Amino acid sequence: MNGSRNYWPIAAAVIAALSAIIVLPVIYDEYALLQLTIYAILSVLALSLAFIWGYGGILSFGHAVFFGLGAYTYAIGAMNFGETTIALLLSMVIPALFAAALGYFLFYGRISDVYLGAITLTVTLIFFDLASSTSGPQYRIGQVALGGFNGIPSIPQLNVPGFPDWTLSTTELFILSVAILALVYISLRLLISSDFGRVVIAIKENEVRAELLGYDARKYKLVTFVIGGAIAGLAGCLFANWGGFTSPAVFALGQSVQIIIWMVVGGVGTLAGPVIGCVLMQWLTSSLASFGTVNNNLVLGGILVIVVLLLPQGLVPTIARLARGRRPVQRLDATAGALGATPAKSEVGA
Amino acid sequence: MMNPPLVETRELSVHFGGLQAVNNVNFSLRDGELRCLIGPNGAGKTTFFRLLTGVHAPTSGTVAVNGRSIAGLQTHQIARLGVGIKTQIPSLFDNLSVRENIWLSARRNHSRAAANRIADSVIMDEVGLGEYANTETAKLSHGLRQWVELGVVIAQRPKLILLDEPAAGMTGHDMEKTAELIKRINRTSAMIVVEHDMEFIKRIAKTVTVFNRGEVLVESDVDTVLADERVREVYLGKQTGRQHDTGA
Repeated sequence: MNGSRNYWPIAAAVIAALSAIIVLPVIYDEYALLQLTIYAILSVLALSLAFIWGYGGILSFGHAVFFGLGAYTYAIGAMNFGETTIALLLSMVIPALFAAALGYFLFYGRISDVYLGAITLTVTLIFFDLASSTSGPQYRIGQVALGGFNGIPSIPQLNVPGFPDWTLSTTELFILSVAILALVYISLRLLISSDFGRVVIAIKENEVRAELLGYDARKYKLVTFVIGGAIAGLAGCLFANWGGFTSPAVFALGQSVQIIIWMVVGGVGTLAGPVIGCVLMQWLTSSLASFGTVNNNLVLGGILVIVVLLLPQGLVPTIARLARGRRPVQRLDATAGALGATPAKSEVGA
Repeated sequence: MMNPPLVETRELSVHFGGLQAVNNVNFSLRDGELRCLIGPNGAGKTTFFRLLTGVHAPTSGTVAVNGRSIAGLQTHQIARLGVGIKTQIPSLFDNLSVRENIWLSARRNHSRAAANRIADSVIMDEVGLGEYANTETAKLSHGLRQWVELGVVIAQRPKLILLDEPAAGMTGHDMEKTAELIKRINRTSAMIVVEHDMEFIKRIAKTVTVFNRGEVLVESDVDTVLADERVREVYLGKQTGRQHDTGA
């Protein structure tokens, strides 16, 4: 690759994150900031699936398992250690290790797409049942009772590394969440335009061709899956911080399906799309909840149907197409305009 | 004569359910050789290629590349032994540009800088697709996609290239260009070419192997093969006392 790499999406992410960090805490109260924080945290979760599904072609139907593992790992670690830095790291390492083990069987066992979806879905449901059935006092890890269906309450807030008494305030957690969102976005953007990322996309495009060229598709998919697992775990850690609480609901079917809906609405094969889809759907959910009279799921389901029928490529690719005023030949191509660093026509050469 | 053949199969067979797709094939190719593979549709040529690349595993028999058995190797490991293939229907990374397709092929075995050089040289000089370098391959015509895939295989710099109907869907002039390209590639790589067009075969090959019903029917020089009565029979479907043959 040469110097033609497109840096403007990265610059845009930095500017957006900095503006959010500087401006929003000034103009919003703590309650509103807390609401914005959860958008940022769930957007990190959206990015993890955006990478492994949108670019790696791996549809993990139970992606919440890594999110939930991250939340539980952080809760158990933070409550046992007191200091939260190790718990934060473990909340990425444990889901990553679990993704490595699960992914090994999936990819080295050549499990094809539909079965991969079914297996990942089953795995998260097993975790849901498992976590729900740990209600007795005998189910504890270290000092922490797992609490069964009620989950783990009173999870300590992250502290500044090395300063156990300096825990994050609501505003600081907001700043951290936005910073992590930007960092994850930028890292994935760089990864996608790296040589590794090009091969990952190539394997999604045509796995047999990639293997006939000598690329070990299993290895690349496994690494992709592990990276996605670690990012989802990080989101889970932030989520446990946000509410100070985690329960088996993090492993529930609805949690996994939600991520897929964000992606479908925002646009599969993009990074910005799932983030926009996540914020939009979350905002709608919380707005609808305040009415109380409308069934949330009914409205969200309706929106999903409308998007699939009218904007089958999702919001971001469709807007990009309109902005450029021409027909998209391919989803990846359409994405290019919106996100700059194109997954389709990469900067590999030219 | 000390070197083992580049490719050697011994009693190679594969069946899918009741269908014996490849049956007891003993085949050998020297380093640098160009061999044409012909035979009616369903004769087992494409399946034979899939056995050589590890896409299918044989039911019995062995394949050796450079004297090394490929049994148990994954497709990508066989590719790394230096086997490249152009499939019958071009198999490309559709949403990626021509250049990226070819670059990815070169990058596997080369540094990034070397891959850039190889991609440039393949696109500009070897397949002459300079004006399409940044076009997504999905947008190209079938004929151009054939050339892109040729470029992809060449950029791999393999010892052995398998070409499954490289001239299919091409017209007279393009066919001539393809024949020239194949002869040029053959200076550095051994090749097995599946083709139907006899004029094309005469232009590129010295030795021809004829497949029929999964077996090797004849193997000889071009003129002998074309004059062989059995070859005419399987191609023209003149076999007697049998049901309609698949070939024609």
